[in-house]
Formats: sequence, structure tokens, C-alpha cells
Amino acid sequence: MTEDVKNALKQFILKEFLPEEDPEELTETTPLITGGVLDSIATLKLVMFIEERFGVTLQAHETDVEYLDTIAAIVNLVRSKKS
Amino acid sequence: MEAPGVLHGFFVDAAARCPEHAALVEPGQGSITYRELAALSDRLRDRLHGLGVRAGDRVGIYMRKSIDAVAALYGILKTGAAYVPVDPGAPAERNAYIMHNCAVKAVVIEKRFEEKFRHELGQLGTLPSLFVLEGAGGGTPMRRALELADAQHPVAEIGTAAPAPRDLAYILYTSGSTGKPKGVMLSHENAVSFVNWCSEIFRPQPSDRFSSHAPFHFDLSILDIHVSLKHGATLVIVAEDTGKEPQHLASLIAEQRISVWYSAPSILGLLAQYGNLGRHDYSALRLVLFAGEVFPVKFLRALCAQLPRPKYFNLYGPTETNVCTYYEVPTPVPEERTVPFPIGKTCSHLRCKVVDEQGREVAAGNEGELVVSGRGVMQGYWELPEQSARAFIGGDDGTRWYKTGDIVIEAPDGNYTYLGRRDRMVKRRGYRVELGEIEAGLYRHPNVKEAAVIAVPDEEAGIKVKAFLSCREGKHPSLIEMKRFCAEHLPLYMIPDRFSWHEALPKTSTDKINYQRLKEMD
Repeated sequence: MTEDVKNALKQFILKEFLPEEDPEELTETTPLITGGVLDSIATLKLVMFIEERFGVTLQAHETDVEYLDTIAAIVNLVRSKKS
Repeated sequence: MEAPGVLHGFFVDAAARCPEHAALVEPGQGSITYRELAALSDRLRDRLHGLGVRAGDRVGIYMRKSIDAVAALYGILKTGAAYVPVDPGAPAERNAYIMHNCAVKAVVIEKRFEEKFRHELGQLGTLPSLFVLEGAGGGTPMRRALELADAQHPVAEIGTAAPAPRDLAYILYTSGSTGKPKGVMLSHENAVSFVNWCSEIFRPQPSDRFSSHAPFHFDLSILDIHVSLKHGATLVIVAEDTGKEPQHLASLIAEQRISVWYSAPSILGLLAQYGNLGRHDYSALRLVLFAGEVFPVKFLRALCAQLPRPKYFNLYGPTETNVCTYYEVPTPVPEERTVPFPIGKTCSHLRCKVVDEQGREVAAGNEGELVVSGRGVMQGYWELPEQSARAFIGGDDGTRWYKTGDIVIEAPDGNYTYLGRRDRMVKRRGYRVELGEIEAGLYRHPNVKEAAVIAVPDEEAGIKVKAFLSCREGKHPSLIEMKRFCAEHLPLYMIPDRFSWHEALPKTSTDKINYQRLKEMD
């Protein structure tokens, strides 16, 4: 399940926020918010995607940088919500 | 009642009138009464005095928006110094530049920012005193830091300062076209005249609950903080993460029974689209104020349809004057309307007129630049005498008129309508952005040979910022790398939406970058 979550996130972020970027450049540890890839509205869209796609609900504090700054962090968040 | 002449006088008076009323609420963190906030800010005043802060100095605020930050702001004002709030999310380098630029005597700072900030200050050769808080939220970190400092070095109690009307109350830094932010100097008289105008129009009551959505380095915060606390009302501090998330924000406005909302239009647009407003009770909400950029009519209409009860006001004005015109939006918004609403009529504490390029007043109904004079107009830019001089035109009677750079037209009913800008400044999510500052940031990348930035209209976001670049040699940096580089050197709201790489950028016959051509290439 971790691989699926990872791939879905990667596809979504590339398509929505990094048009024409080489997919190899986006790794599990690429900083998304602190690295300027996601602004506040993009973060909101990502949160809506996460909630819809993985059937979880994020609390206000879970939309913080520490939970969403990398694909690895988001995978952990989704996994903890699912279990 | 005699009107107080100093900004913090409003809060001091209110604290004497209603000491036990809640002054600030920080959802999830706590709340504080007027009496407690007065005492906390008095203690910080004495501590700052002990650190050498005197009337006429500047003191920085480098922390998350919180009860602690409001206590810091009043503590600073009470010493007679001006407060200088910075965006804690902006690069430490930029914040250090600001603090160095206006030579702050001290900075109230959260521990998590301290190390990087000290490093950057060291590079600049500045060493203000740092008053370090373990964190920010609920007022406890401020109390603890004061207790700790008092235990080590007790300080004497000093009186609260009574600055002169022209003394500075705060300096707000905005984007500068040369690549460095510039400090807008606002005096007690500037702030007090604006706050009094707000009282006249919005009639705040102690029962009101104001939102504090804008960050403190943004001039919308002046209304939030100083108008609410003048009237013994309660200010509800909206955390930054909640403030960006429409569904959580929608719940918070209802649960906290906010009665006066004020923000940039962008978040209101998101609330209308994604807030699911039908789920909650908004019967307390009586005023929705917005400012900072044009509110797309389509989203304003959707918002008014979902929340028909409050009055809606479009407030207009640059940081240099704060609000100078206002317009009450008639609701519901007709289906057929597509053009944005006017910015309205001049506030009673100011005067406005429309001038041509030579500074001559034009007849009503003609386009021109809006200029503003009166008690609300800034003192100038910090240590930029030439830019300050250029910002004003003199009137025959010696009046200073601030040139807003905004092109407007006056309708027969006396309402001004905003048409566009005279220069390369744009508004993004309510923030002022000089495209030149973004270019200056991009030029710092070692691989960037040429950089040009344009803004194009966008229905959803208002504008999109596009960067055109050419590369020194070899393979150009990836999109992710460019975004990361920008995040290190520019505030997040300045990062371009699109980057495109070219062999060379188009030039005019005089070998300057051809912006017209770039817009066509798009």
C-alpha cells in the first residue's frame, strides 16, 4: 500500500504543480512546502486530493509543514491515519 | 472624552474600562483578559527598557502570530519605540536585512528562528539584543521568558511612554523594486487617525469578536488589533495553518462567533468555493471587510449568496496610507455583473484627487493617478530620502500628496474605480510584489544569465507570475531546484508560478529586455 500511496502522490504533484518537470527530479525527500513547490493554495489542493483519494480526514494541525513537506512524510501521515 | 493621541493609549484606556473582558483568544492555545495583557505588556516594556530600548528606537518582532506577539507589540509601543514585525516564514536573510536596515535595538524572537537569524545578523555586522521566547502561543512563552529574565536580572518599573504624534509607531516593510524591501514609516498620528475613522464607520462594540487573519507584518493587522482593542472587543487570532484551509476556517468563524471579519479577498474566494458554508451558523457575523487586491466578482457573488446577512465593504489603500477609500458592496450581487466593484469614496480623515502625469488635477470622469493627503499618510521610507521624495508631489498650499501609483477614474456618483498600475507592482494574495524584486532574486542563481518576470491575469488566482530565464552554460537547473532556490531567497508569495528557459530573452532596439514581446510569447 505504501508504494501505491507514494506513486499516486508523485503523479498528482508532478501533474498539478510541476508541469514538464523530469519525474526523476521529484524524490521522496524533495522539500515541497519549504522548497517552494507548494504555495498555500497548492497545499490546499494537495490536502483535498489526499482526503479524497485515500479516504482520510486531516485535522488543522496535520496540514502543517512537518506533516506535508515531503512525499515520505505524507506517506507516513496517510499510513498512521489508515491504521 | 478626549481622543488619545498615541496608538497604545486606546488599549490602555480599554484595559482600565473593562479589565476582566477577554482581549485575545487564540483557539487551541488559550485566551487573555485586558488586565492580563496590560500587565504582560507592562512587564515586557520594563524588560526592553532594561535591554537599553528607549523612546524613538525600533524593536523587531520575529515570531508566529499569537497572544505573545500582541503582548510584544504593546510592550514595544509602551517603551515609546516603534515595532517592526517580520514574516517568520520569510527567509532569515531577508528578515536580518530588515532588522539591520532600520537598526533595531532589540528583537523579540522565538527560539526556533534564533540560530539562523544570529548567523545572518553576523554577516551584516549588526548585533541587537535578542529577547528569546521558547515558542509562541497562548502567552505562556512570554510569561516564562519574563519570569526567567526577572529571576536573573530584575528590572525597574518604568512608566508607559507618551510619544508625540509624529513619532513612529511601527515600520512595515514592503517589496522594493530594486530587490530590497523598503520600510514604510507610520507615526502614531497616522495610525490613530485611521483607527478613529474605523470607529466612525464600523461602530465596534465590546461584544464584537474581530478576526485576526492577516499576519502582523501586513497592514490589515492594524485594523484587527488596534480597532478591536480600542473598543474593549475580543480579537480572535487565526493560526496561519487554519487561515489557509477553507473548511477549518469556516468552522472556526462559526464556532468563535466572529462578528467582524477582515482579510484579503483570496481566502474569502476559497471560503465561497470550498468552505461548505451551509453547514454552520454565521448569525454573529455582521461585517465582512476585504482589502489588498481586486475581489473577482464571481467569487464575491457566491460568498454573498451563501452569507447574505453581513454588510460587505471593499477597503482600498496602500500600506503608505492604510485604507483611504471604501465602498459598501450592495448585496445580493446581480448575476449580470462581471466588472469588479469600485474602490469607493475617500475616508473622512484623508483627501484624495486624481492627477495626470504632470501632477495636475484632472476633471472627474478622466483617468489618472490617485494621490492622497492627510493625517493617515506615512512619514516616508526608512532611510530612503530619494524614494521618499519621489513618492510625493507638493500642492500649491504646501500639502504633501502621496502618489499611490494606482490608475483610477471617478464616476459621477463620486466613487473611484481602480483601473490598473502605473509601474511593475502587482498584488498577489493581497501582498504587494515588485516584479523587479523577483528578478533580483532570480539573478542571484549562479546559472541564471538573464531573468525577466511578468504577471498575467488569471481568473482563479487573480494573476500568475511567469519567469523567463536564460542559462549561462550547459543544462539549465530543474524546476524543483529553481523553486527551492527562490524559497531560500524570496518570501513564498513571490515565487513564480511558471519558469521557462530560453536561448536568450528578446530585446528592444536599445538592448533592454522586451517585456511586450514576452507577454506575446506567453
